[in-house]
Amino acid sequence: MSLLSVKNLTITFGGLTAVSDVNMEIGDHQLIGLIGPNGAGKTTLFNMLTGVYKPTHGKIEVNGERIDGTKPYDITSKRISRTFQNIRLFQELTVLENVMISFNFQSKASLFESIIHTPAQILEEEKMKQEALDILKIFSLDDKAEELAKNLPYGQQRRLEIARALAAKPKLLLLDEPAAGMNPQETIELTDLIRWIKDEFKISILLIEHDMKLVMNVCEYIYVLSFGQIIAKGLPKEIQKSPQVIEAYLGKGAAK
Amino acid sequence: MQTKINDNAKNININLVKTIYTQYALTLIVLAIAYGLLMLLVYQGIIDNYILRLMKEIGIFVIAALGLNLILGFTGQFTMGHAAFMSIGAYGSAIMTKNFNMPFPIALIVGVVLAAILSAIIGYPILRLKGDYLAICTLGFGEIVKVVIQNVDYLGGARGISAIPTKTSFAIVFFGAALCFAILKNLINSSKGRAIMSVREDEIAAEAMGINTTKYKMISFIIGSSMAGLAGGLYAHFNTFIDPASFNFAKSTELITYVVLGGMGSLSGTVLGTAILIYLPEGLRGLGTVMKDYRMLIYAIMLVLMMIFRPQGILGKREISIVSIKRFIKGIRNFSFKNILKRKKVGE
Repeated sequence: MSLLSVKNLTITFGGLTAVSDVNMEIGDHQLIGLIGPNGAGKTTLFNMLTGVYKPTHGKIEVNGERIDGTKPYDITSKRISRTFQNIRLFQELTVLENVMISFNFQSKASLFESIIHTPAQILEEEKMKQEALDILKIFSLDDKAEELAKNLPYGQQRRLEIARALAAKPKLLLLDEPAAGMNPQETIELTDLIRWIKDEFKISILLIEHDMKLVMNVCEYIYVLSFGQIIAKGLPKEIQKSPQVIEAYLGKGAAK
Repeated sequence: MQTKINDNAKNININLVKTIYTQYALTLIVLAIAYGLLMLLVYQGIIDNYILRLMKEIGIFVIAALGLNLILGFTGQFTMGHAAFMSIGAYGSAIMTKNFNMPFPIALIVGVVLAAILSAIIGYPILRLKGDYLAICTLGFGEIVKVVIQNVDYLGGARGISAIPTKTSFAIVFFGAALCFAILKNLINSSKGRAIMSVREDEIAAEAMGINTTKYKMISFIIGSSMAGLAGGLYAHFNTFIDPASFNFAKSTELITYVVLGGMGSLSGTVLGTAILIYLPEGLRGLGTVMKDYRMLIYAIMLVLMMIFRPQGILGKREISIVSIKRFIKGIRNFSFKNILKRKKVGE
């Protein structure tokens, strides 16, 4: 049984079919790429996987359990977490608080305990803080823990978003264009980081990215989406040679 | 070896709990001393009845404004019907003491519970709305409450309820406000509090990080409204007269002004903002006969200037604490024109 299985997933907005009949399988400990031209429906697919949109047809299963149509916060507790294409940090909160929010759904303290601050609650808070600092250390952000998220430079904001998603202890991490807006040096560092995360945390990663070098470098398997449909899937080498993919990106004639 | 490390960790943890509880005890002692000093000043006649009354009024509205700050400043939900919950608390508790001869504390609790129940009932459907829509909806709710009370004879209709027994002492207001402050401060500094603030920052991201945003909006709305209910109950037994017009739209707006001026998302800012804005119209009375007529005008101009030059409010999102006061004093000490000149040169 695979970690994530997507069957005949379709969503329509009015008359427009944004994603149509997508099938996808992701196993444990895999690094999968999702590429496609602008407007192909990649982020829409992500939004369905994370519960932001409700699919019109089809099934999404995590470890055999259906998750389509459930709320985003329930899906997070099923161990799927994500980052966003346009960074969505909690701007006015500190870096540390940003990460600690991901622990919330695992917190055992009740509302009453949170108001009274019982010893158990205080200890839980302290534990969360230490764990959050550990995660920040991995992303070398621990020295900025008390700074507001909005004051971080762009590259660090991207890293913080990944750190925050990882703090939710996912089995499947969805990264939506993590390298967008990064310079070549930062992209190289990110490539190593993604690989390292996958091995260190033993998780699967689904990656949307336009930077082909990054995708071809790290992904073990690639799905290509165009106009809402999967037009090709396979190993990076196969994808590079696939005439459908070249046609989708460069137009007819280029494939010849 | 392993057990030794565990023991160490345990010791650190026990110490942590001890430090935090010592801080609580200290805060309580400081509060008691502050109250004692104030009472001493009252007995000495330095604080006269007029000022004492003003302080009570400030305390009552601090409670309501703190509740509003939780909804508006920390959760980011724009509600314009906060005074309606005050009126529910006020009417609920006034009826209890006047018609049922209930003891004052029980009457207050009835007011708080009524406000909490009603906020849960209306919060569930309307908190799905965002921004302007929520504001309009809560505004409408406030008007509905007013009109309903106006038309219920049992509640005195438009004439209101008069001759409510005076029960609100300064002690209840002082410690009630301190309690509300402590509740909110503890809540904000917990996992639940961070969840509440994440709703303000970005709802979509919060949901993606496992936060049930509807739940946390409800929690904050109910706690905030309960505090308004408490403030209403205290107000009724302070003013001894309430009518539907005392809790109209203008009152809700006033409460919003207190919160915004003090700084949305700052608890001490709310206390400061409320104190300044309630004291100002009274304090400006002392300006002499000519200026006295313009005091509301001055009040308005000060608000406008404030919003132009410091839109985040007096304190922004910061809190007054011992650390921040130390930093402030240090800043003043280091302040000299030489430094400014130096900085300018560096800038060039």
